[in-house]
Amino acid sequence: MSQPFYVAPEQVMKDRADYARKGIARGRSLIGSTYDGGIVICAENTSNTLRKVSEIYDRIGFAGVGKYNEFDQLRIAGVRHADLKGFNYSRADVDARSLANQYANMLGQVFTHEMKPMEVEILVAEIGLTEPERDQLFHILYDGSVTDHTTYVVLGGDADALRERMADWAPNKSLSDTLKLLVAALAGDDRTLVADDLEVAVLERGEERRTFKRIEGDDLTALL
Amino acid sequence: MTQTPWNPTSPGADPGSSFAELLRQSGLEPPVPQGDVSETFDVVHGTTCVAVRYADGVVIAGDRRATSGNLISHRSIEKVFPADRHSAVAIAGAAGPAVEMVKLFQLQLEHYEKVEGTSLSLEGKANQLSQMLRNNLPMAMQGLAVVPIFAGYDLAAEQGRLFQYDVTGGRYEELDYTATGSGSLHAGTVAKIHFRDNMTRDQAVDLVIESLFQAADADSATGLPDLIRGLYPVVATISADGFDRLENDELETRVRTLIDRYTTVGGRDGGNSLSAEGGPQ
Repeated sequence: MSQPFYVAPEQVMKDRADYARKGIARGRSLIGSTYDGGIVICAENTSNTLRKVSEIYDRIGFAGVGKYNEFDQLRIAGVRHADLKGFNYSRADVDARSLANQYANMLGQVFTHEMKPMEVEILVAEIGLTEPERDQLFHILYDGSVTDHTTYVVLGGDADALRERMADWAPNKSLSDTLKLLVAALAGDDRTLVADDLEVAVLERGEERRTFKRIEGDDLTALL
Repeated sequence: MTQTPWNPTSPGADPGSSFAELLRQSGLEPPVPQGDVSETFDVVHGTTCVAVRYADGVVIAGDRRATSGNLISHRSIEKVFPADRHSAVAIAGAAGPAVEMVKLFQLQLEHYEKVEGTSLSLEGKANQLSQMLRNNLPMAMQGLAVVPIFAGYDLAAEQGRLFQYDVTGGRYEELDYTATGSGSLHAGTVAKIHFRDNMTRDQAVDLVIESLFQAADADSATGLPDLIRGLYPVVATISADGFDRLENDELETRVRTLIDRYTTVGGRDGGNSLSAEGGPQ
């Protein structure tokens, strides 16, 4: 009977974390931020069909970086969870906090028990229907750790550099001003990003039940 | 994907974009009653709904009465619901299962849209409702039949379209007008006689209001507009701009105009006959 070599648990976790981080760093970053009318999520994405940002529920949006098929599975699981919960109880009972916890459990479970961790970082964003101070951004990492933010959050391999470029961020700016800042941060000093390179969506406080809206094409160009 | 308590699906049995299948796998599907429910209880029934096509889309409307046996059980029930942005469903039949079916149908369309990232075609939506009715057949056999109308604006064909159903899930596309429920014979006849191609929104709205009025005049299970309580039929238009429910003020004006016409133009028997100059055109 063969005995596997002993590997310290610290080493196992470190290897897995390194593996996941490398996978995530290969993709492009994205930023979610509050603005005066809700939450805007801006991703660098040249594809018009393969989405990084999408709708989960009335007031909840989702964004992922890293391996597409992995965060897309998480997205669909989130939609199922939210729709089932809304069907069983009430639409008002579906909230981002519980969803973020479920995602954290799921990612934590995979990180410790599966062959390979998920190479993803995800963002679950929720707007307060009437109160801007209840806007929330949950950032969930490949190992299941969660942080919550009320200002802005950067996802992806290049996060530290991007955060430095976000120094001018301020609350309650207009959508256009916020978006310009996010795009400049994503682009860095030696590049310019145009509407075609971006995927932008907002959760917009207003009359509509479903608050998630994509901003594309001419509308996006006008804002930039 | 790893199974977790909140993701009740194993990879082998992926429900895909179907919310109904997801419910089934989660064990949340409602049970079918054993025995004929309508023999044991007076089931609440929703009654008459009508829809007509006009130049920019469709108008769909339903009266506000629900009956159980020979009692009026609700005076202000609503039977016309937006299914999504560009379609609506109106229901007649057992109110409980019907409202549940609408709720499920709305969710199914939204669920599909979110999972797939794109909306179903109008044909696809009509087909979904057909399947839900077919699944409801065991319930219909127990006296809980539901017979809806589905109406929507087809963004591809750029026109309004109407679908009629039967309890078995049979789906029949109608060109100009359709009606369902106990007063459907009368409502449908009025719609048939006064239908004109390319009606304006105003003409179409007046036509559905008159159809329901005449249905209520001849069918005890259909409610007349209730001026005392301020209850009017639910009327909605669906055009390229989406689903738009008419405000109560507009409905009141139109109902009062209709009643004025009946009481002045037709004289004593104005309520019983539609004189040539009295038609909605």
